[in-house]
Amino acid sequence: MLYFIEQCLNGLQVGMLLFLLAAGLTLIFGIMNLVNLAHGSLYMLGAYFAATFAAWTGSFLAAVVLTIATTLAVGMLVEIIAMRRLYGRDHLDHVLGTFGLILFFNEAVRLIWGPAGLNLALPPWLSSWVEIIPDVFYPVYRLSIIVVALAVAVFLYALVMRTRIGMLIRAGASDREMVGALGVNIKLLSTFIFGIGAALAGLAGLMQAPILTAQIGMGENILIVTFVVIIIGGIGSIRGAFIASIFVGLTDTVGRAFLPDLLKLVLSPAGASTAGPALSSMLIYLVMAVILIVRPEGLFPASSK
Amino acid sequence: MRKTLLLSAAVLALSVTAASAQKPIKIGFVSTFSGPTAVIGNDMRNSFELALDHLGRKIGGQPVEVVYEDDGQKPEVGKQKTEKLIESDKVDFIVGYIWSNVLLASLKPAVDSKTFLITSNAGPSQLAGELCSPYVFSTSWQNDQTPEAMGLYMNKKGVKSAFLIGPNYAAGKDMLAGVTSTFKGQILGQEFTKWPDQLDFSAELSKARNAKPDAIFVFYPGAAGIQFLTQYAQMGLKGRIPLYTAFTIDETTLPRQGELAIGVPGAQEWVNDLPNEQNKRYVADYIKKYNGTRPSFYGAQTYDAAFLIDSALNATKGNVSDKDALRKAMEKADFKSVRGNFKYGNNHVPIQNFYLQDAVKDADGKIVLKTVETIVENDQDRFHDKCPMK
Repeated sequence: MLYFIEQCLNGLQVGMLLFLLAAGLTLIFGIMNLVNLAHGSLYMLGAYFAATFAAWTGSFLAAVVLTIATTLAVGMLVEIIAMRRLYGRDHLDHVLGTFGLILFFNEAVRLIWGPAGLNLALPPWLSSWVEIIPDVFYPVYRLSIIVVALAVAVFLYALVMRTRIGMLIRAGASDREMVGALGVNIKLLSTFIFGIGAALAGLAGLMQAPILTAQIGMGENILIVTFVVIIIGGIGSIRGAFIASIFVGLTDTVGRAFLPDLLKLVLSPAGASTAGPALSSMLIYLVMAVILIVRPEGLFPASSK
Repeated sequence: MRKTLLLSAAVLALSVTAASAQKPIKIGFVSTFSGPTAVIGNDMRNSFELALDHLGRKIGGQPVEVVYEDDGQKPEVGKQKTEKLIESDKVDFIVGYIWSNVLLASLKPAVDSKTFLITSNAGPSQLAGELCSPYVFSTSWQNDQTPEAMGLYMNKKGVKSAFLIGPNYAAGKDMLAGVTSTFKGQILGQEFTKWPDQLDFSAELSKARNAKPDAIFVFYPGAAGIQFLTQYAQMGLKGRIPLYTAFTIDETTLPRQGELAIGVPGAQEWVNDLPNEQNKRYVADYIKKYNGTRPSFYGAQTYDAAFLIDSALNATKGNVSDKDALRKAMEKADFKSVRGNFKYGNNHVPIQNFYLQDAVKDADGKIVLKTVETIVENDQDRFHDKCPMK
C-alpha cells in the first residue's frame, strides 16, 4: 500500500510537470487557434537556460528567476517574428511553420551549447529526501515540483478568472475579431499570452533539467504526451489540462509500475515480460482513444465554439 | 592569400589523384551524429580518423575514402543509410553501428550484397548465433558477454539478490539475459523501459527499492546513463542499494556523471589504462588530437576496426574483389588490438578478456576510469554454437 502511494506520487509529479506544458499549449491553441509544435523547444530552452544561469550565478533560485524571464522574452520574440504570420492560416501551415522552428531551435542549441547536453546540479537543500509516511522516502525535489505546479495552477486560475487580462483572454478565446473590434489590442494580448505559455514551458524545462539533464531534442518526446493531455482535457481548457495532466501522469506511471505484474496473473511469465512494457507504454494512447470515443471534444471542452 | 591557398590545395589534390591512379578503398561509416547520443558517434569517428592518421591516411597501403552517415539512432534510418552506402557509394566495407536494433535492421542489405560489415559496437545475440554471416565481423563483443562478466563479479561480491533495469530494445534484452545467465543469486524483478524516449525512471526506481534487493543491475548507454545515475542518487538509493552496471559509465558520459560515478563498478572489455603499446599510443594521441577529450570503449573498438581492415588488405595486397581471401585474412585478426589479445571465434565475434572498471580521482583530482581486476579471461559468447559457420 505504501508502495502504491509512492508510485502515485511519482505519477502526480509527472502529471504536474505535464500540466505546466499543457497549460501554455492549450492557452495558445484556445485563444490564437494556433498549433504550436515548437512548444517543446521552449521547454528545452528552459532547461538549457537554467543550467547556464545556474553555472553563471552559482545560485539555483537566481537561475529560476532569470530562466522564467528569458523564456518569457524569447516566447514574445518568437510570437512577434514568426507566429504572427501564421494566425490567419490553415492548421497545416502552423504545423509546417512550427516544425521548422523545432529544427531551428535544435540546431541553435547545438551551435551555442554543443551536442553533449548540460547538467543542472541541485542545491543541497533540494537534493535530500523526506520520509513522507513511515518507510516511504521521497525526494524533496520531486515534491517541490508538485508544489510549484500547484501554485502555478492557482495563479493561472486567478489570472484567467479574476483579472481584467483574464477577462480579455476569455473573451479572445470566444471571439477574437469582436474583442479586437471593441478596441482591445489583440496583437499585444496574443504576444503576452504566447509569452506566458513560453514561460510556463521554460519553467517545466528548468524543473525537469536536474532530473533529466538538458538535452537537444528533449522537447519532442514530451510534446507528444502534452498533446495527449490537451486532447483528453479538451482543447483550450486550462481546467481540462489540469485534470488530464494528473490523469495521464498517473495512468502512465502506475501503469508502468503495476501492469507487468498484473499481466503475470493471466499470461505466462515470458509473455508478460514482453507484453508488459509494450502495453504500458501504449496505455495513455489507449486511454485517449477510449475518451475520444465517449467524449469526442475531450473531458472539458472549452465552452464556446 | 586565400586564392593561393585554394590553388595550392587544388594542385595538391591533382597530384594526389595522379600519384594514385588506382581506385581508393571506400569505407562507409554508420553511427549516430545527431541527437543526445551524438557524443558516441563523434568518439567513434574521431577514433577512426586517428587510426587513419596512424596508418598514414592509407589502408592496406591503398588510398582510402570514408563516407560518414548519421543513423539518428533510428533503425529505419540506419537501414536507409546502409542501403545508400552500398547502392550509390558502392563501398567496400561498412563500419560502425552503436545500436543493436539499428544493426539488426541494417544487416540484410549488407549481407545480401556481400559487403563486409564490421560492427564496432552493437552485438545483438541473433548476430552471434543464427544470423551470423561470413560478411559480418565484430570488433566489440556480443551484448550478453559484458553483463555476464558483471554477474560473475556480483557472485564474487556475495550479492544474494538483485533487481535488473534496462531499456526495452534488442540490446537491453540481451544485457538483462546476460546477467541472469551467470548471476547465482535471486532475481527479484526486472524492468524494461521505453527506449529511447523514457528518461524518467522514478517508477522503476521506486519498484526496485520496494523489492529490497542487495543490488541493482542496470544497463543505460549514452545520455540515459547520466539521467539514471542522477535519479538513483536523488532517490536516496546511493549508499543504500549498491549499483552494478554494464555500458552505463564511460568516457562520453563520465564528465557529466562526475562524482556520481565514483564507486559504481562496470564490466568492460577495454579500459583506457590497459598496459599495451598500441593502447598507450591510441589514448595519448587521441587526447592530444582532440584537445584533452578522453577516448571511450566505443572509440577503442572503432580504432581496432580500422586496423582489422588494414591487416586484411595488407594480406590480400589491396585486392577487395576476392571476398573469400579477404574474409580469411580478416578471420586471422592479424593486427595489434588496443585490447592486447584479440582473436575471432567461429561466428566472427572476438574471444577476449573482460575487466572490472571503476571511476576514481587521479592525481589532478580529475575523475577517470581505471582497471581494477580481470573478471574473466578469453571469454567466448554463449551463442556461437548456434552459428552455422564452423
